[in-house]
Amino acid sequence: MSRISDAFSAGKAFMPFITGGDPDLETTEKLLYALCEAGADIIEIGVPFSDPIAEGPVIEAASERALKAGCTVDKLFDLVLRVRANIKAALLFMTYYNPIFAYGVADFTKRCAACGVDGLIVPDLPFEERDELLEACKADGIELISLIAPTSEQRITEIADKSGGFLYCVSSLGVTGVRSKLDGSAEAMIERVRRVSDIPCAVGFGISTPEQARATAQFADGVIIGSAIVKIIAEHGRGCIEPVRRFAKEIKENLRGLQH
Amino acid sequence: MTNGRFGPYGGQYVPETLMSAVQELARSYERWRNDPGFAGELDGLLANYAGRPSLLYFAERMTEALGGAKIYLKREDLNHTGSHKINNVLGQALLAKKMGKIRLIAETGAGQHGVATATAAALLGMECEVFMGGEDMERQSLNVYRMKLLGAKVNRVVSGTATLKDAVNATMREWACRMEDTHYCLGSVMGPHPFPTIVRDFQAVIGREIKEQLITLEGRLPDTVIACVGGGSNAIGSFHEFIGDESVELVGCEAAGRGIDTPDNAAALTKGSVGVLHGMKSYFRQDEFGQIAPVYSISAGLDYPGVGPEHAALFDCGRARYVTVDDAEAVEAFEYLTRAEGIIPAIESAHAVAYAMRCAPGLEKDKIIVVTLSGRGDKDVAAIAKYRGVPVNE
Repeated sequence: MSRISDAFSAGKAFMPFITGGDPDLETTEKLLYALCEAGADIIEIGVPFSDPIAEGPVIEAASERALKAGCTVDKLFDLVLRVRANIKAALLFMTYYNPIFAYGVADFTKRCAACGVDGLIVPDLPFEERDELLEACKADGIELISLIAPTSEQRITEIADKSGGFLYCVSSLGVTGVRSKLDGSAEAMIERVRRVSDIPCAVGFGISTPEQARATAQFADGVIIGSAIVKIIAEHGRGCIEPVRRFAKEIKENLRGLQH
Repeated sequence: MTNGRFGPYGGQYVPETLMSAVQELARSYERWRNDPGFAGELDGLLANYAGRPSLLYFAERMTEALGGAKIYLKREDLNHTGSHKINNVLGQALLAKKMGKIRLIAETGAGQHGVATATAAALLGMECEVFMGGEDMERQSLNVYRMKLLGAKVNRVVSGTATLKDAVNATMREWACRMEDTHYCLGSVMGPHPFPTIVRDFQAVIGREIKEQLITLEGRLPDTVIACVGGGSNAIGSFHEFIGDESVELVGCEAAGRGIDTPDNAAALTKGSVGVLHGMKSYFRQDEFGQIAPVYSISAGLDYPGVGPEHAALFDCGRARYVTVDDAEAVEAFEYLTRAEGIIPAIESAHAVAYAMRCAPGLEKDKIIVVTLSGRGDKDVAAIAKYRGVPVNE
């Protein structure tokens, strides 16, 4: 069993996202421990990129802060290597294709394997363009996570059929960010997936409250929360550890006891 | 159509949410590109609205003064809205209408593409929203008001470097929010497939006319075709017809900004490396970690860290040559052409004029150079005055 499949084996998975190096690497390290203690099953670490076209303003601003503070992908690899033995949750890197491509695709996945990064989410690398990275991921035992969106329609079947780890279901149109209401297309997407595959489905984009998390987990295997946490980090800076821990615990509480 | 690749370049590196939109666009373009009705409608607009064909003008005084090759100017500056951008925009707006879209969104740098898109939207009765970097809105405030007069909403983009690259990011995000009724009218031969092909096809009219006009005037092909390259649409438009004519030298002029050996340049091919941004694999100015570099040129239209994928392929195989022109040389060319021929070129186009001035004197008098004057320079007068330290009230 991999750490990613473990994450879905004991109830609904809680999957927080933080931007690596925001506001600095030391805080990121503390946040990883705090999120883990609060019950995170998979933690997504955003590797900051200068042009994050799938992100809304909250995560875009976090990327800018992290880059200004000198965060690089090598520093994040070192960080993961440092914490890996003490953290049970699966750790994923979420980044854009260019930082991976510039690093060298094979070098990047090798470094992931060496440091204990379990998987990659690359929002600007759709199914049709993924082969180069997928090959390297397979060689090094790294999961390349596929995304599906409300506009994917008939693409869903093929993507679901040929993907590993879990499916990242984009809940609504547009970019990442807090939404007061979710439009309900995620449930229909997951129904479509279920017809061809039993791959776990995690829903992200727009989920920000414990109530939304609980409602989403009624039909999804995991809930991804990014902007709502990154907002707390932006507000509190280095003092964000406790508020993030409290928020994460509350989310996790709301996911407990739901039918698997 | 190609599979979206020019050699290893191009592709569709967009978020999953946008895949259905780019695939729908590719399908629709295939459906309409060879439709006689569509082609007829577009040709009608190009002739009766944009003012095509544009002149191929013999720059006699410039030729005599430089004492070498004959210089012709392809006068895209004489098109309606003042640049080559209208060729692409009319094509895409018409295509969008056929697809049932009611709203156009677009990025703009200097404002030429934004103005052209707002114009087409006004003409065809469509809604229009333009995304423009905050920096560029300051540099091109008249164009901002021009777009508003045309009925477009102009959105200020303040993220990142607040220039063209960030305007593209913002427009892609907007498209991901709303694609059902909205077409992204992309302004250059860049972005995800099928945009580089669509824009190339709509701009290829420039090169077709050059060939036809020069054969009428001189009975032969040009020796050299020169155009400026930001994303590269006027250059691809000028080059495309001649790619199979191996005797014709193709030269693209990238912006060297404050100097090609300073970080303040926008020369993606000369100083960049291969990467992936804005839906395409191509050359970009970037650092060792793949972070896109802040670029600079006096010309807002060339102030872009990447270049279209077809240029990347032409660069690799050597079919086109890419040179660089810095701010100082471009401003000199701007002033020179204005005095020598009474033609004020866009500062973007002045980069191509500058290279012609550099190479023409060394060529035989029976050689023929064609320079594409991609736009007119009225929009740049204030910036040139500022560069020269002359106070001007806009």
